[in-house]
Amino acid sequence: MDSKQLYQEVILDHNKKPRNYGKLEDATHRSEGLNPLCGDHIWLAAKIGGDRIESIAFEGESCAICKASASMMSVAVKGRTVAEVETLVEHFRAMTTGQEDAETSGRYLGRLTVFAGVKDLPSRVKCAILPWHTLHAAVNAEAVTTTEGDADPVARAAE
Amino acid sequence: MSARPSTRPAARPATPLDVARVRADFPILANVRPHGKPLVYLDNGASSQMPQQVIDRFVRYRQWEHANIHRGVHHLSQTATEAYEEARRKVQRYLNAAEEREIVFTSNVTDAINLVMQGYGRKFVAAGDEVVLTHLEHHANIVPWQMLCEEKGARLRVVPIDDAGELVLDEYERLLGPRTKLVAVTHVSNALGTVNPVKAMIATAHRHGVPVLVDGAQAVQHMKVDVRDLDADFYAFTGHKLFGPTGIGALYGKAPLLEKMQPYKGGGDMILSVTFEKTTYNAIPHKFEAGTPPIAAAIGLGAAIDYVGAVGLDAIAAHERALLAYATAAVSEIDGVRIYGSARDKAALISFNVGGVHPHDVGTILDHEGIAIRTGHHCAQPVMQRFGIPATARASFAFYNTFDEVDALAAAIRKVQQLFG
Repeated sequence: MDSKQLYQEVILDHNKKPRNYGKLEDATHRSEGLNPLCGDHIWLAAKIGGDRIESIAFEGESCAICKASASMMSVAVKGRTVAEVETLVEHFRAMTTGQEDAETSGRYLGRLTVFAGVKDLPSRVKCAILPWHTLHAAVNAEAVTTTEGDADPVARAAE
Repeated sequence: MSARPSTRPAARPATPLDVARVRADFPILANVRPHGKPLVYLDNGASSQMPQQVIDRFVRYRQWEHANIHRGVHHLSQTATEAYEEARRKVQRYLNAAEEREIVFTSNVTDAINLVMQGYGRKFVAAGDEVVLTHLEHHANIVPWQMLCEEKGARLRVVPIDDAGELVLDEYERLLGPRTKLVAVTHVSNALGTVNPVKAMIATAHRHGVPVLVDGAQAVQHMKVDVRDLDADFYAFTGHKLFGPTGIGALYGKAPLLEKMQPYKGGGDMILSVTFEKTTYNAIPHKFEAGTPPIAAAIGLGAAIDYVGAVGLDAIAAHERALLAYATAAVSEIDGVRIYGSARDKAALISFNVGGVHPHDVGTILDHEGIAIRTGHHCAQPVMQRFGIPATARASFAFYNTFDEVDALAAAIRKVQQLFG
């Protein structure tokens, strides 16, 4: 795979100008996501009203894959119900760990399939998943999550 | 001036090494093509490649010489024991240790440092005592001492570094005192390449009666190390960064120190006699080598030492000096790239960041160009904190690296900038 297939224009754009980047003062749910192996670290905040994500924001220190994933995720989940978001999380995880065919991923994830390329780069899969993992933790009222240990999304997919 | 980015300054530094000839000894360098590109292996600080001579020795042992050591009367056991102990003598000569019993085989440097922590630290460090480290240490030379200090109520003292990545030696002198029980210092920083003046630091510590452990993980593959000239009390290195196998390392310790240390792993081979009432420990170094060791790996390490000796450490050091100068010029002339670590005495590695691009993205794009580098905190988070960065990209060189590979590195960094432009 060529670098340009992974670092597609849309990913580079979201990395450079991340959407919903910053703090969210009236958040109802917050979580911190950490990938200790590569140092990606994000803070995610969401305001959930009547089971729907009304607003969402993130900030942190991360690589382009992680930041673009967080940015595009924030756009994708705003206005959706928690149940819908959980479905997206499952499909994003399945796509990036190579557990799902492209057609199914495309049906659920739309533009987010630009991240499908990471499935061939085991060291970068967690960069893409971390924001989704953190959102899953936030809506389930977990304050901190990590991509390692019991919560390891790649190990889980292999089981 | 041309707007086109320069491809490379023309002049190639002179090198005493026939690099093409030594490269032919490393099958992986010519045969592996990551993403269809020629392999440019610049991750030698993490682990180096193995020449055919070492692979052959490893295979020969498994095919013709293997049995367990130190306990059989039969032919093969004696053959294996002799090969294993010959490897120990090769390590002894490599470090210029006075006696072979001063060489303890360990699984790696981490294991060697833990051995000193458990065997020396737990016996001689008490509440209120101090262990002196430096800001350049790898986590392997921090965490064991933290564990010891926590257990004993002792305190860690840390020698600071300046902006070049050199130790502030005045501060080091001030930290030494009657409470200091041990100094643990890396010979070469894995994150910045700084070569520490360990000989002078050891002399200073000895004036205070303090023994010194030197972490040589990043040193023995680049330069001649003479533990008697340094007057080091402990010196540790690992095989897989010295063109040998993983799973084998060595700890040098002065015999009187090793003798007064307690063993930290109990088991077979480290005893003279065992009853349920009392066990008498074996003599050094066997006291510290409980259980069946990685015999083939130790013999492979011996072969790696032979190989490095045949290439010649003087030629290796000269070639790497030329590579470092060439690479430093090539990388630092790229706008927007910052190099971390500019010590006057520096090993052949470059830690850098490309402005506006996270090092992991740099690493992935370089990988797609066939270039293997390390990205991350290099198990040296205090160094990263000192410079206020989460991570760097690190190109670390070995004697088989070429000036062309440096050019490939510089070209790939420009490609990163174009992509993220």
